[in-house]
Amino acid sequence: MNPHLVQKLGFGLLALISLVVVIPILLVIGAILAQGAPAISAEFLTAMPRDGMKAGGILPAIVGTLLLTAGTGLVAIPMGVGAAIYLSEYARDTGLTRAVRLAIVNLASVPSVVYGLFGVGIFVLLLQFGTSILAGSLTLAIMTLPVIISTSEEALRAVPMEFRTVSASLGGTPWQGIRRVVLPQALPGIITGVILGLLRSAGETAPILFTVAAFYLPALPQSVMDQTMALPYHLYVISTQVPGMPLSIQFGTALTLLIYVLSMNVIATLIRGYFRRRREW
Amino acid sequence: MRRSRRTLVALRSGPEWAIEAIIRVLGVSTIGLVALIFIFLLTEGLPAFFEIPLGNLLGIRWYPTSELYGTLPLLLGSVLITVVAMIIAFPLGVCTAVFIREIAPAWAREILKPMVEVLAGIPSVVLGFFGMVVLAPVVREGLGAPTGLTTFTGALVLAYMALPTIISVAEDALDAVPKSYRDAGLAMGATEWQTIWRVVLPAARSGILMALMLGMGRAIGETMAVMMVTGNAARMPVGLDALLRPVRTMTATIAAEMGEVASGSTHYHVLFAIALILFVLVFAITLASASVMFRRRERGGLR
Repeated sequence: MNPHLVQKLGFGLLALISLVVVIPILLVIGAILAQGAPAISAEFLTAMPRDGMKAGGILPAIVGTLLLTAGTGLVAIPMGVGAAIYLSEYARDTGLTRAVRLAIVNLASVPSVVYGLFGVGIFVLLLQFGTSILAGSLTLAIMTLPVIISTSEEALRAVPMEFRTVSASLGGTPWQGIRRVVLPQALPGIITGVILGLLRSAGETAPILFTVAAFYLPALPQSVMDQTMALPYHLYVISTQVPGMPLSIQFGTALTLLIYVLSMNVIATLIRGYFRRRREW
Repeated sequence: MRRSRRTLVALRSGPEWAIEAIIRVLGVSTIGLVALIFIFLLTEGLPAFFEIPLGNLLGIRWYPTSELYGTLPLLLGSVLITVVAMIIAFPLGVCTAVFIREIAPAWAREILKPMVEVLAGIPSVVLGFFGMVVLAPVVREGLGAPTGLTTFTGALVLAYMALPTIISVAEDALDAVPKSYRDAGLAMGATEWQTIWRVVLPAARSGILMALMLGMGRAIGETMAVMMVTGNAARMPVGLDALLRPVRTMTATIAAEMGEVASGSTHYHVLFAIALILFVLVFAITLASASVMFRRRERGGLR
């Protein structure tokens, strides 16, 4: 057969396959948008659930997820960025550094449900935090750590070596160079990575199953030692554990979670694009 | 002048030293975390191997209420669903990566790449919910299965969850192939299509193998979506109709039963033993793909 005809057919086939990948994504978002949007109202977003969650709103789940995201960030950002600075600025290519890298790759691949078990064992039982926002945030933070480390390291490494050389030649110590020169330059990339990491943790269910999530708790948490409802777990509960649940509430909850996660995704993309255009190196 | 020099000296000896130490500790603590997780799974999971006869533990019946802890159906369930998911996702992912990297016009790339990122961002519980409510009825009607919650439904959802990983890793692999390889292919009179299949893809094969392995690692550890769409029946997935029957994975078993067991009971230890098996399995996959990565680096960026 004529190779140019083969090429045309082949290119067409690959384009078709890419459509097969993309169309289901649009279908998922479209279906949840179409069926979830009618359920979302001011009451749905700001009221307590009523009648065994079959009526009312999902406020405690929203607040719980926001608190968990904040708690996760509070722990994971300093640890993750610190480890990234170590890898990009201080670590030499030794066996230890390679072990750290392997550990990070390994942390990234640990199944989320295993993090859940670990969280129960260490934070809930051993350290006696109980099922609490504290235990859940710590569990999610460990899970998020590898994402934040690898994206931050990439951002730090992208800063040209000259910046460090100039800082050192002006008499700056290594840390002064990192804090005043390298970090500010890498900040947009780090922020993007942090958001992408937190976005993943916000949608996770398995790590919070036994460490923080409450099945039905129509009250807002008062302290970090309280249990809380959370959007992903709430969606799991109302779609599998509660018989006779109105489908509109299920879709509404799914849509709320999807909007929360995807808006973080969009913000990260915008930040990345904005600073990439403004960057002078 | 004198003052600034003094602060400089103070910074060198005081905070500078402390900050560097903190940063080093943070970096090395990742090793500690992995070790901690492993030791913890070991101490909680190993007792299961002493409390239960090995024949029982490797048996084909999982009925914890009657002291039957056969993990074989769960292991095979996880393997089957992962393999089917990869059979679907690997060709789709590699072809899409080739399309994005080698063929697509700029506008198509600008649409495809963000879409793949969006897919990576959709929480697994949302995909599970979609699979349960929308996909399962379609599978039931379309394939004539008694229930829509089957191995096939789970594998389909899982395939799309693994796609972003496969696509981005495969893309990186294609990216690493020097432009001179493509130019050489074209200069020999090959069409772009022939160059892609006979030159670029073979040159990127180790990276593409890595895409497959990382996708597999992602799929085997997935929990919520799998738990929601596979029907969770702990039976041996054998026979030709296994694809259209419910199945149960290791991850789903842990997530479903952990909330109900008493801490320190035999059942509790078995669940940790399953987690230990999962951890080791995924670690092995990661190690294998990391060795591929390191080897490629030694050979100078290729293969």
